[in-house]
Amino acid sequence: MSAFFALVMRDLRLAFRAGGGALQAVMFFALAGVLFALAVGPDIALISKIAAPVLWTAALLATQISLDQIWRADREDGSLDVLVETSGFLSVAVFAKALAHWLSTALPLIVAAPMLGVLLNLKAAAIGPLVVSLLIGTPGLSLIGCFAGALTVSLTRAHLLISIIVSPLYVPILIFGAGAAAAGASGDPQYAANLMLLGATSLFAAVISPLASAAALRSNLD
Amino acid sequence: MSAPEHQSFNTGFSASGLVLARGGRRILANVSLEAGPGEAVLLRGPNGAGKTTLLRALAGLLRPESGVVAFHRKGDETDFDRAGHTVFCGTLNAVKAALTVDENLAFWSALYETSDDRRVEARRVFGLDPYADRAAGALSTGLMRRLGLARLLVAMRPVWFVDEPTASLDAASAKVFAEIVERHREKGGLAVIAAHDALPLAGARTIELTLEAAA
Repeated sequence: MSAFFALVMRDLRLAFRAGGGALQAVMFFALAGVLFALAVGPDIALISKIAAPVLWTAALLATQISLDQIWRADREDGSLDVLVETSGFLSVAVFAKALAHWLSTALPLIVAAPMLGVLLNLKAAAIGPLVVSLLIGTPGLSLIGCFAGALTVSLTRAHLLISIIVSPLYVPILIFGAGAAAAGASGDPQYAANLMLLGATSLFAAVISPLASAAALRSNLD
Repeated sequence: MSAPEHQSFNTGFSASGLVLARGGRRILANVSLEAGPGEAVLLRGPNGAGKTTLLRALAGLLRPESGVVAFHRKGDETDFDRAGHTVFCGTLNAVKAALTVDENLAFWSALYETSDDRRVEARRVFGLDPYADRAAGALSTGLMRRLGLARLLVAMRPVWFVDEPTASLDAASAKVFAEIVERHREKGGLAVIAAHDALPLAGARTIELTLEAAA
């Protein structure tokens, strides 16, 4: 088993085992959706119009919950030293961690999105674009989150700081993601453009984040 | 990257002029240290003397303010990168509490790219066979430490940096650990160990660090 695959599998195992918190994000996502539906009340036209942006915002906030733990757990038990000494390229390990985070946090959320869409009276034609935009955009969320976690790994409580760091970096993903979901629902030709920009953001994060995270981790080891 | 089994190791290092600081405070100044294959170096000194700091710097986990640590093969003075040649075993065991003993060992074996026999061998040598399927979080402190130290054997790397290996071990396990270090040295391995307890290592070099070293 390659080291990359072993790291991804270990993180998934830890995430889905008791206390791992993999389902925290999807629970938060579902609760936010349900509470929002209750808050808006019986105006079905309004709720179906704003369902996609609301779900995108909820997904973005739900992803943030677990960012704090991506690196901190490894640092606190000494595993980070092991990752550093076994990684010829630390950025590859960062990529593995980001992938595991996406699989354990974002993927359950994407699976739950259509159900929440139904709850928020999202039109059937709009569910596809919502899921596609989440699939393309959420890897960027995990990758950027990995970087913020690496930057703050030596601080004991960094939730607030991580949110402050990632929020501006998440703005393009939110704009293009919610934009794509809305455009796709109404058959707007800008759907493709939004998706491409969303994909570009994720790809950009896929290149920059592993390198930046590795540098941040190394400087935080001291 | 992994060395084939039973291959003898041949790696040494030399550190010169190391100046080390942690959290902006200088801990050690002008440390030089050389060690070759088959050697054991014991670091001693009072708390705060910089034993852990020195180990981390030698293992490449702490960037020195100045000075270098160079690794080389005996009889060949070409320096090479330490990557793939060192194992650092600090006071933290790097054990995941939610995984079983076997899962922890198997993960390390994959990470260090060594064969699965290493997992079995390390588990046996450290007396962890009866606990193979137990969650690591349910182990006692001493057993947890043994699992942490088992990583040294899983890794199959020539240079060991070990911090306080015997602090939570019983007398019998401490003796086993000393034997493991001796076997590693017979294969040409090198071990640098920070320890307060006396370890029965033949011909080990002792280096005393003092609190004034940084002054």
